Amino acid sequence: MGQAIAHAFAAAGHPIQLAARGAAGLDTVQTDLALRHGVDVTLHEFDVLDSNGFGGFVDGLPALPGVAVSVVGYMGEQAENEQDQAQAALMMRTNFEGPAGILALLANRFEARGSGTLVGVSSVAGDRGRATNYVYGSAKAGFTAFLSGLRNRLAKKGVHVVTVLPGFVNTAMTEGLDLPEKLTAEPSEVGAAVVKAVQKGRNVIYVRRIWWLVMAIIRNIPEPVFKKLKL
Amino acid sequence: MKLSGWGRFPVVETQLCAPRDVAALQALVTGDEPVIARGNGRSYGDSAVGAHTTLDMRHFDHMLSFDAETGVLVAEAGVLLGDVIDAFLPRGWFPMVTPGTKFVTLGGAIAADVHGKNHHVDGSFGTCVEWIDLMGPDGQISRISREDDPDLFRHTLGGMGLTGVIVRTAIRLRPVETAWINQTTLPAPDLGAAMDLFEQHAHVPYSVAWIDCMSRGAHLGRSLVMLGDHAARADLDAKKARTPLDAGHKGAHTVPLDFPGFALNRWTVRAFNELYYRVGAWKPTKALVDWDTYFYPLDAVLKWNRIYGRRGFAQFQCVLPLDTARTGLTELLEAITEAGAGSFLAVLKRFGPQDSAFSFPMEGYTLALDFPMKPHTLDLLDQLDAVAVSHGGRFYLAKDSRMGAETLRESDSRAAEFEALREARGLKEHFASAQSERLSL
Ligand SMILES: Cc1cc2nc3c(=O)[nH]c(=O)nc-3n(C[C@H](O)[C@H](O)[C@H](O)COP(=O)(O)OP(=O)(O)OC[C@H]3O[C@@H](n4cnc5c(N)ncnc54)[C@H](O)[C@@H]3O)c2cc1C
Ligand SMILES: NC(=O)c1ccc[n+]([C@@H]2O[C@H](COP(=O)([O-])OP(=O)(O)OC[C@H]3O[C@@H](n4cnc5c(N)ncnc54)[C@H](OP(=O)(O)O)[C@@H]3O)[C@@H](O)[C@H]2O)c1
Repeated sequence: MGQAIAHAFAAAGHPIQLAARGAAGLDTVQTDLALRHGVDVTLHEFDVLDSNGFGGFVDGLPALPGVAVSVVGYMGEQAENEQDQAQAALMMRTNFEGPAGILALLANRFEARGSGTLVGVSSVAGDRGRATNYVYGSAKAGFTAFLSGLRNRLAKKGVHVVTVLPGFVNTAMTEGLDLPEKLTAEPSEVGAAVVKAVQKGRNVIYVRRIWWLVMAIIRNIPEPVFKKLKL
Repeated sequence: MKLSGWGRFPVVETQLCAPRDVAALQALVTGDEPVIARGNGRSYGDSAVGAHTTLDMRHFDHMLSFDAETGVLVAEAGVLLGDVIDAFLPRGWFPMVTPGTKFVTLGGAIAADVHGKNHHVDGSFGTCVEWIDLMGPDGQISRISREDDPDLFRHTLGGMGLTGVIVRTAIRLRPVETAWINQTTLPAPDLGAAMDLFEQHAHVPYSVAWIDCMSRGAHLGRSLVMLGDHAARADLDAKKARTPLDAGHKGAHTVPLDFPGFALNRWTVRAFNELYYRVGAWKPTKALVDWDTYFYPLDAVLKWNRIYGRRGFAQFQCVLPLDTARTGLTELLEAITEAGAGSFLAVLKRFGPQDSAFSFPMEGYTLALDFPMKPHTLDLLDQLDAVAVSHGGRFYLAKDSRMGAETLRESDSRAAEFEALREARGLKEHFASAQSERLSL
């Protein structure tokens, strides 16, 4: 999903800074982006679990970006997340603590500059905890709330925050799962939706509209009923 | 899962895997089950459907380098031709050869050695291929070309994925001045007239004809012959000349549901008649057409294959050598109109000479047309096969979904050699499609 978002921004003429673990392994992605879109692309080593390294990471960028997108996430297996505390903690740190930490740092830099857009890819799973993936969902819920608060804080400071709730997306994370076609977006759709949301200053987006309806229903099921459902 | 080609017939049970890197691909290729690579699934039949395992190559979609001096692009096999155009047309480059849809991968274009409207002057896709990185049965990747392992290289062009998995390739692009095509449309009252027009205009880079399969008797083969060439900057008006390499982007529409089977026939025939009579009135008509409309009219309707409904459709495409083309085509068209198998358009094209190991084209005329899958369709197709074979013709495997193994061998003496190469190199046990099993290749 991250690469698709990078393509969408590059196609709109933005230079790209790709941050990832093992960034050197992204050299073909770097060349591809540069060749297709004729923009500068740089690679930067980044681990969202290494909060001590955040300052050095941001200082090491060729320029403070105009738009920063956090796509980091990790789903794991719910069964494992339930039983193994270390695994659950890794999940929460990867989906909430880490992304919130790096965006907080960038937010302060953007605020000082007086401009910029922060994009956080969270999840509809954070809209309501469900038995099948509430550990992941709760971390995303935290991240969603964090983004909402950040948006509120920076609204008058020239810095905008976009929350992306992608719904199902056909990526490595969901490979092998049997997802309903109408509810499942391709990564390229997410890319286009994110660029549009940034351009238009949207606050919270679902990639496929139908997810707004699905989640409105899910959020509104009374708890006594909800707790007995298999979702 | 159940998988088919663009024609949605036949539907085959296969295991579909989509490796994301070379290591994952290697593991699948060297596994116990035979595999077949799949590009974007635009072949009509079962050539990109594994009898056991199908390897979706679309994650291999990175462009790796481009030489602006020579126009050579190095890219992974899953890159779409449309992506190549999007990236390089703005810089003045266009594919040397393109089929009638831009939604094909480079791997698929090589494996089917596709042809375009310029085959008579530029040959098939293979002519622009400098080298191929091919993964063999042992999972090793070797770079093959006209110099390195030329035998394997020649058989990989048109080899329908049966010589290994194409991982990367270097292809030469063509410099162009604009994103526009000068198109001339000529009406031809019958088949002979259409063929004469092809011969008269042999020097024009692009040519193709639409045949109205409704017309019979003296009008048999009534056609519109469409010629084209890349427009020069001087051909554009002031407004277009400001951004000569940008023809603007058209939207595409998706066919939302399966159409009832009769819809396409009426639709295409009406479109043809309208055009034919309009052109007829002003013959010949010239127009400046954007690249997308000219090369890819069908791409404007995404998923148009649903127009034929659930049962799917079959495409028939054969090529007949020059000396038998006229009689052979007449017989084919007669059989089609007689069967009243519906009424649709056929595409006719003059091929130039071609020297190749297992590719489809040869010098002569190629005829292609769709048949909705109805109870008698398979019989009619067998009948058409027989006519083509008796005139020395052969068939396009990228379109085939039902031919018998004997028909292939009767029509193409090269099949035996291709099979022998597969045996000798230990490819047979590792690479197999539903088609290769049907054709016992
Ligand atoms: C609307 C339309 C118009 C067309 N017009 C033309 C035309 O004008 N001329 C023409 O020649 N063809 C034409 N075709 C056919 C099409 O160009 C070919 O079938 C082409 O091979 C499809 O490419 P693909 O990437 O979809 O490959 P697929 O259909 O997925 O695969 C086709 C073959 O290529 C092999 N293959 C794919 N990728 C690899 C790989 N990485 N390594 C090894 N083998 C691989 C497969 O095993 C299979 O045998 C048309 C098709 C459509 C739908
Ligand atoms: N796919 C869906 O249906 C879906 C739905 C809703 C929300 N989302 C969210 O969308 C985002 C993108 O997911 P995806 O579907 O594209 O799956 P993905 O391919 O698994 O992407 C997750 C990315 O997070 C990175 N990451 C994990 N831990 C990291 C760490 N410690 N430091 C740096 N990077 C780390 C991974 O990098 P590595 O390559 O190094 O592992 C990977 O690139 C995630 O936040 C996910 O939760 C996905």
